Amino acid sequence: MNARKTDAIVIGAGWAGSILAKELTEAGLSVTVLERGDDRATAVEGDYPSSIDELRGAIRHRLFQNLSQTTVTIRNTVGQVAVPYRRLAAFLPGEGVGGAGLHWSGVHFRVAPDDLALRTNVIARYGKSFIPEGMNLQDYDVTYEELEPFFDKAEKVFGTSGEPYTIQGKIAGKGNPFAPDRSDAFPLPAMKDVYSASLFKTAAANVGYHPYSLPAANASAPYTNPYGVQMGPCNFCGYCSGYDCYMYSKASPNVNILPSLRQDPKFTLITKAHVLKVNLDSEKKKATGVTYLDLQTRQQVELEADLVIVSAFQFHNVHLMLLSGIGQPYDPVANTGTVGRNFVYQTITTSRAWLPSTHYTNQFIGAGGAGVAIDDFNSMNFDHGPLGFVGGSPVWVNQAGAKPIAAAIGGPGGKAPAWGEGYKDAMVETYRHSLTIDAHGSNMAYRDVYLDLDPTYTDAYGQPLLRMTFTWKDNDIRMNQYVVSKIEPIMKAMGATRYSLEKLATDQLFDTRRYQTTHLGGGAVMGADPQTSAVNRYLQSWDVPNVFVIGASAFPQGMGYNPTGMVAALAYWSAHHIRTTYLKNPGPMVRA
Amino acid sequence: MGGLLGSASFWLYSDHEVWADALTAVDAGPYTPRYFNQEEWRFLNAACERIFPTDAHGPGARSLGAPEFIDRQMDTPYGHGKLWYMSGPFLNAPENLGYQLSLPPRDIYRQGIAAADAYARQHHDGRSFADLDASAQTAVLKDLEHSEMPLGSVPAHFFFEQLRQNTLEGVFSDPLHGGNKGLAGWTLLGFPGARADFMDWVNQQGAPYPFGPVSISGETA
Repeated sequence: MNARKTDAIVIGAGWAGSILAKELTEAGLSVTVLERGDDRATAVEGDYPSSIDELRGAIRHRLFQNLSQTTVTIRNTVGQVAVPYRRLAAFLPGEGVGGAGLHWSGVHFRVAPDDLALRTNVIARYGKSFIPEGMNLQDYDVTYEELEPFFDKAEKVFGTSGEPYTIQGKIAGKGNPFAPDRSDAFPLPAMKDVYSASLFKTAAANVGYHPYSLPAANASAPYTNPYGVQMGPCNFCGYCSGYDCYMYSKASPNVNILPSLRQDPKFTLITKAHVLKVNLDSEKKKATGVTYLDLQTRQQVELEADLVIVSAFQFHNVHLMLLSGIGQPYDPVANTGTVGRNFVYQTITTSRAWLPSTHYTNQFIGAGGAGVAIDDFNSMNFDHGPLGFVGGSPVWVNQAGAKPIAAAIGGPGGKAPAWGEGYKDAMVETYRHSLTIDAHGSNMAYRDVYLDLDPTYTDAYGQPLLRMTFTWKDNDIRMNQYVVSKIEPIMKAMGATRYSLEKLATDQLFDTRRYQTTHLGGGAVMGADPQTSAVNRYLQSWDVPNVFVIGASAFPQGMGYNPTGMVAALAYWSAHHIRTTYLKNPGPMVRA
Repeated sequence: MGGLLGSASFWLYSDHEVWADALTAVDAGPYTPRYFNQEEWRFLNAACERIFPTDAHGPGARSLGAPEFIDRQMDTPYGHGKLWYMSGPFLNAPENLGYQLSLPPRDIYRQGIAAADAYARQHHDGRSFADLDASAQTAVLKDLEHSEMPLGSVPAHFFFEQLRQNTLEGVFSDPLHGGNKGLAGWTLLGFPGARADFMDWVNQQGAPYPFGPVSISGETA
C-alpha cells in the first residue's frame, strides 16, 4: 500500500479513542482510527440470546484481548526473571472496536478532588515524613474545578444514572455527601437498588456510614444523548461485566459515540490494524505518523498525520511509547526517565455474608454499574494520621449478576469443599442466600514498580513484550486491611448468619492467576514536572508535542474509584484544549 | 498467526458448528468421544462424577454431560491453546506468576490422564481409576489436588484444577455446549438461564425468583 495522509491518527477504538475521534472530527479534522481487533456491533454479535452465553463470554473471553498474539510479562520484583502472562486471569484488557469500554461494568464515578493533588494534600495534613520511603506520590496538575465541565459532558454522553448530593452548592438529593459539587444533575435518576444493595444501604446507615446509590452508566430510563444516539432502559439482566449489552443500556463507545461518528465523512475506521510504532522525525521531537501491520494482508502500512493520539488500553499506550522512542524510558535504579514510571493498579478484596435461608439474594439479577457504596473510608475522607498509610477504598455491594460457571468455579467459600461430597449443599446455599461486599481501593506508586520492555519475550509480530514489575506494598495492604475491618459492623447489622472478611495478607505477592480488576493505571503519567511525568496537564507528550497520550496511563496513583469516568473526563479535557489552543498554534502547551 | 483463528468470524463459525451439533445430538443416542480414547474416556467419566457427584440434590456430572462437554472443548480454539500465549522460553517460575507450560488443554489431559491412571494402578493393585469404588476414586483425586507430583509434565494439582474447572463448566454452561443436560445444573442453583429480564424482580425483599431456567435455544427444565 502507498503512504497515505490524514490530519489526525487515533490509536485504539475504546472510550478514549472514540472521544478524541469525535472531538477532532467536530473540529474539522480528518481522523483515522486504527484498531487492531475486529469491528464490533451490538446488533450483530451482541444480539440476544446468543450473546449471553457465559462459556463463550466471560469464561472463554469473547470480548477480551487474545493473548496468543501479544501479552505482557510479569515479575514481582526487580531481581526476578519476568514470565509471560499466558492466560487471562488477573486483568482483562479489551480488543476490538469499543475496547474495554464494550465489556466494562458501568460504574461511572467522577474523582475525589483530594486525589488530584494527593501529594500536596498529604503533606499539608500530615507532613512530608508521612510519605513512605520509595513511594512516588504525585499530583495530577489539574483541579476538579477545571475538569468539572468535562465530567458533566461525559455523563451526558454516557447517559449516566445517579443521585446527586449538591448541585451548584445546594443540596439536591440523597447522593454521596463526599462527592464533589456538580454543575448539573445526572442525566438519569439513580438505578434502583437490588435487594442485597438495599440491605447494605440500611445497615451502613445504621452503623453511622453514609451510603449512596452508585453512579452507573447503565440507563435507568430511555435516553437520547447529545450525539443523538438512543439507549434503552436497563432490565437488570446481569450481563454487563464481560458482555456487550443487548439492551443498549450500558454505555459503550459502540452505542454512545460511534453510531454518530460513522456517519461523518471525515472519520475513517480501520480495523485489524496493529500499530507497530509511532514514526518520529530524526530528532525524535515530532511524530510524522504511524506504521501499522494490516492483519489481513500482512503488509506494513505507513500513514502520515500532523497529530497522533495514543489512546489504547493503559499499558498498550506505554508499550507503544517505548517501542516508538517517545520520551525517556524510566530506569528505577538511576531514577531517571518517565515512560513506564508510576505503574499502578488497584486493591480489591471481596467479602461475603450469608443470610438466613428464608432470604434469597437472587444474585443473577443485577447491573454492572449499580449498587450501594460508602465513601467514608475513601480518599482523604477520614483521618490517616493515627493509621499511618496513604489512600483508601470505597466499600460497596455491586451486584453485577453472578453467573453459574464463575460462581461454581469460585466455590461456596468459607471452609466448604470446592468439589465432591458436600460441595452441592454449600454451593446452593452460597448462590441462593449470600451477597458480596467489596473494598475497592487505591494503590500507590513506588520507585521499583514500573513498566519497561522485556529483554526476552516477543509478540507475534516480533516486537518485545511489555514487562510489568509489580507487587503489593505494605502501605496498600494495611489500607485494605483497615477498610475491610470497617465492613464487619455492616455484616452484623445486615443480619448475616455468618460472614467471611477477605483482605490482602501482610507480605502478599501479586498473584496473576486470580481475577482482581482490570483497573491498571500509570506508566505515562500527567504532571507539572517533566522529570516525573511523561505528559503535561493536557496529556501532551513533553518530548513529542504532536503526540497526546490519553487514558488511565495518565494516573499518577491508582485511585479508590473506578477509572472510566476519569478517563472520559480527561479525554474531553485534553480534546477541548487541543481544539481551542493546540490546533491554532501547534507546539508545547506547557513550558517545561 | 491470525487468519480466521481468533477473529470474531471464527467464533461465529465455531459457535454455529457447535450449535448445529447440539441440535442433532438430541436423536443421536450415546455420545461417542472424538478426542479421548476409550481408556481416557472411562477415566474422565469417573473423575467428573466424583467432582460433581449424583446425590440427593440430583444428577451428577456424568449424566449432565460434563465429559461430553470436555471432549467437545478439546476441538475448540481453547482446547488447542489458541487463547493462550504459547511462545517460549518456558521457564520454571513461582506459582503466583501463573501457567508456564507449553501444553494446551488437550495435551494437559492426554498426559495428565495417562499418568493419573498409572498412579491409581500403582496404589490399587493394578486397577485403573475407573474401576475403583467411589471412595477410592475420591482419595486418588484428593492426592492429586494437593500434590506437586508430575503427571507427565503437568503438576498433579494443576491437572486436577483443570479437570475441576472444566467439569463445572460442563455442568453449568448452556446446553448448546454439550453439558448441563435438561438444565439440571441451573435448576440446582436456581439460575434462570437466558431469561435475562428482571425488571420486576430488582427488589422483592428476599423472595425467591419464581421461574425455572430456559436455555439459549429455548429449552426449559
